Amino acid sequence: MCAGCGAPPVARMIMRALKEGDHAVVSGATGCMEVSTFIYPYTSWTDSFIHTAFENAASTLSGVEAAYKAMKRQGKLPENVDTKFIAFGGDGGTYDIGIQALSGAMERGHDMVYVCYDNGAYMNTGIQRSSATPKFADTTTSPAGTVIPGKMQSRKDLAKIMVGHHLPYVGQSIALNNFKDLYEKAEKAIYTEGPCFLNVLAPCPRGWGYPTDMLMQINKLAVETCYWPLYEVIDGRYVINYKPKNKLPVEEFLKPQKRFKHMFKPGNEWMIQEFQKEVDDRWQELLDLEAITNKSPNEE
Amino acid sequence: MSIRERLSGNEAAAIAMKQINPDVVAAFPITPSTEIPQYFSTFVSNGTVDTEFVAVESEHSAMSACVGAEAAGGRAMTATSANGLSFMWEMIYIASSMRLPIVMSLVNRAVSGPLNIHNDHSDAMGVRDAGWIMLFSENNQEAYDNLIMAHRIAENKDVMLPLMVCQDGFITSHSIENIELIEDDVVKNFVGKYNPEHYLLNDKEPISMGPLDLQSYLFEHKRGQAQAMINAKQVILDVAKDFEKITGRKYSFFEEYKLDDAEIAIVCMNSTAGTTKFVIDELRKKGVKAGLLKLRVFRPFPAEEIAKALSHLKAVAVLDKADSLNAVGGALFTDVTSGMQVNKVSIPTVNYIYGIGGRDTKSTDIESVFNDLQEIVKTGNINNPYRYLGLRG
Repeated sequence: MCAGCGAPPVARMIMRALKEGDHAVVSGATGCMEVSTFIYPYTSWTDSFIHTAFENAASTLSGVEAAYKAMKRQGKLPENVDTKFIAFGGDGGTYDIGIQALSGAMERGHDMVYVCYDNGAYMNTGIQRSSATPKFADTTTSPAGTVIPGKMQSRKDLAKIMVGHHLPYVGQSIALNNFKDLYEKAEKAIYTEGPCFLNVLAPCPRGWGYPTDMLMQINKLAVETCYWPLYEVIDGRYVINYKPKNKLPVEEFLKPQKRFKHMFKPGNEWMIQEFQKEVDDRWQELLDLEAITNKSPNEE
Repeated sequence: MSIRERLSGNEAAAIAMKQINPDVVAAFPITPSTEIPQYFSTFVSNGTVDTEFVAVESEHSAMSACVGAEAAGGRAMTATSANGLSFMWEMIYIASSMRLPIVMSLVNRAVSGPLNIHNDHSDAMGVRDAGWIMLFSENNQEAYDNLIMAHRIAENKDVMLPLMVCQDGFITSHSIENIELIEDDVVKNFVGKYNPEHYLLNDKEPISMGPLDLQSYLFEHKRGQAQAMINAKQVILDVAKDFEKITGRKYSFFEEYKLDDAEIAIVCMNSTAGTTKFVIDELRKKGVKAGLLKLRVFRPFPAEEIAKALSHLKAVAVLDKADSLNAVGGALFTDVTSGMQVNKVSIPTVNYIYGIGGRDTKSTDIESVFNDLQEIVKTGNINNPYRYLGLRG
């Protein structure tokens, strides 16, 4: 994959959370990760891996998991081997074209983890806007023009959509600080029975326009500005894993990225203000959700 | 001893699936195939099968889950019709290119639009180049028998291709007819266990499936699929022979009904063959030498065998229950006539597009086709070979 890409550390850390001796079947949606890790006749995957199409990593894996259940029940598989089921999809394959297959698989309760590595656009086809693309971002299908200054719609909140499926575990994470947060959430998701979902921000140097050696700083800024809060929802209860003591202005996150360059032109201050307001509103909503869902029944 | 029953085509398909006892069935409701997963989920709920039933949220996911289950090392089956198959279309190609012997019951229905729930073959014809083995069934007995033979064909190591068993929506899927079922243990022995060579759930040999396959290899892989389809021809005949041993029922690429001494004949598929046989019997009483070639195996297409079987005729009519909208004729007509040409069989041949959207094809319609053929024999004039049958004026 490209130098400075946020996706490989995500895949590596998720797979590292698999306990020794456990076998995994990984399902990959068409996208950067799939096309760069499995080009015939080579594969980068040491566990079993299946790719079929763009929109159906979840439904393909649901078939694998169903076969596992049926075959295990009939004694067609060794009793002492535990197999885990992990899907990877980008935001295009998850938020957009794959949301039906994802929603279906989650609702049916397959024992699997779906990991969205969210780089905020269709990067593999050349940086087209997705429903995960942040507002005002300059992409090849939402170009910052003289009349329309980039993408005019806010991004979808996929983790909350997954919470709406009443899953036992939903986590939002990022590769940061020795990957502790990511590793722990991967382990919880893989070893929690039932359908689990992880949304992991995975910056893209080509699409976002930051220097390739800046990946970890970008990740840090995403968290410190509360653009990408780290939280988990365990059986419906929200837990915010990190609350910055000094929440940085979102400009700090936007500034190193070329996709937001036009927002810094004189006269476009309103765009930064609006972006900041969205970040603040969503952060407050998260704080409220944590407070509400952790309230004990006697507290009224 | 076989079991005599009275079942609809959908019930027959569901019972075949119960006897096959696959690991996974993933299906989505669509008329007229809905009853198949309905009956089957009753078997699951009552514990009469070992199957995991995946009640998917769409047909695209149904085929995706079948691909996943079959790649995992299990047997996967599904059922669908019309737009359901259209929605699966992307995965239909992926299933065959991954060489996964998934078996599907396709209850033929008109593809939208406009919306219509009744029978024609436009759904099946839309996937005729997708690399699936396609068997057609005149009645519930054949739908059942084809399903029992399906896995032995699809899973043969020289084949490894998905297979669909077609039957006519409502006309056979919802009509109750007499049927001879095979005992459960006989089916179990006949179908046998599935032992895939490589599969995802083998922790001793993890594998990657479904690569990015570029200019250096894709061509060869596609040639492999083509060879598998060629190989399927002999396997279909071998399995039919074994099937005859347990049931006494004979199957081949096609059925020839009063064809050997015929002068004129109809080529068609599925339930229309029944009506055609009735008309042939009536015409024979009047001394008209009419015959039928009822195609069972549409993919692989037995071009040489069909050409040979038709070679003695004076005129042929090919009936297509779907138009190709190519200004020339239906798919079956094009295949049959190109097979005749390549095998140097030159007979006046005409095409009739018929029964679209469930338009009833009556014995008088079939009789009119035979009358037309007699006229062609008499005058030698074909005029327009691309004709419509039963169209309102």
